[in-house]
Amino acid sequence: MAEVTIGVVVFPGSNCDHDTEYAAGLFDGVKTRMLWHNDHDLQDCDMIILPGGFSYGDYLRAGSIARFSPIMREVIGFAGEGRPVLGICNGFQVLLESGLLEGALSRNRDKKFICRHVPVRVENATTIFTSLYRQGEVLQLPVAHGEGNYFAPRETVESLEANNQIVFRYCDPEGNITDESNLNGSVGSIAGIVNAKGNVLGLMPHPERASEALLGSEDGSRMFRSAIDYLAGA
Amino acid sequence: MAYKAKIQVTLRPSILDVQGKAVGHALDNLGYSAVDAVRIGKYIEVTISGEDEKAAGQTADEICRKLLANTVMEDYSIELEKI
Repeated sequence: MAEVTIGVVVFPGSNCDHDTEYAAGLFDGVKTRMLWHNDHDLQDCDMIILPGGFSYGDYLRAGSIARFSPIMREVIGFAGEGRPVLGICNGFQVLLESGLLEGALSRNRDKKFICRHVPVRVENATTIFTSLYRQGEVLQLPVAHGEGNYFAPRETVESLEANNQIVFRYCDPEGNITDESNLNGSVGSIAGIVNAKGNVLGLMPHPERASEALLGSEDGSRMFRSAIDYLAGA
Repeated sequence: MAYKAKIQVTLRPSILDVQGKAVGHALDNLGYSAVDAVRIGKYIEVTISGEDEKAAGQTADEICRKLLANTVMEDYSIELEKI
């Protein structure tokens, strides 16, 4: 297998950066690098991951200040070239703030910080991040967020639907999308979306925390594996 | 010239404000049955030096759009004061 290098951006306040590096680096032929927010260089990375946490203390709004860090200028350019970028939880918030993805995240409907494993349905198994999942498969992935309530204007949601850009939705254990299973009140139970080109994915659940059987679920590791397979074959 | 921009950022009316709701419930528990609703926003003061009020206002508007407010879900208003 060709060698693939994955860069994990470290913002002040990131706290899932090492878990993400570990989970992404579990595969043969994969090298990982930590990229400091003040860096101007993505080095030889083939893929960039924005990890979870509380970048810049979530001051002002989650992700709003991280979006203007020097490394994000490079990440935006990298994404513009069609290269893969994955944003997890706070990383998803950064992608939305930076305009790489459409919409916004506000506080959870029930006011609570939610930290548990939840069922998540795969809505689009054709992206470079989800090719190893089955369409409609129900994954067990942990969430840990207080501001994961996805919102976008109706026209945006309609265009996301029409272009098959909704990649994950919260569901019940049988895979049904219900109001009850919509844990944070997201419009359309949206848990993750991809950009129109398909190279930038953002999601609230944490695939890196479901990367080994010991953690209670291995469902997240196929997300990294899908992207790595894509890059190794590219 | 220097101006103080008094900026208010509020969630759009269609966006659920869970903080406001929680505070509203607390006020209800305190017996303030006259309180109908609470919405919580942010108040930000920015000191701007500029040639005139128009230039300072433009700067204030720009920073609101770029950083201080997320216009997908928030509205903002600016009040300028000469200092």
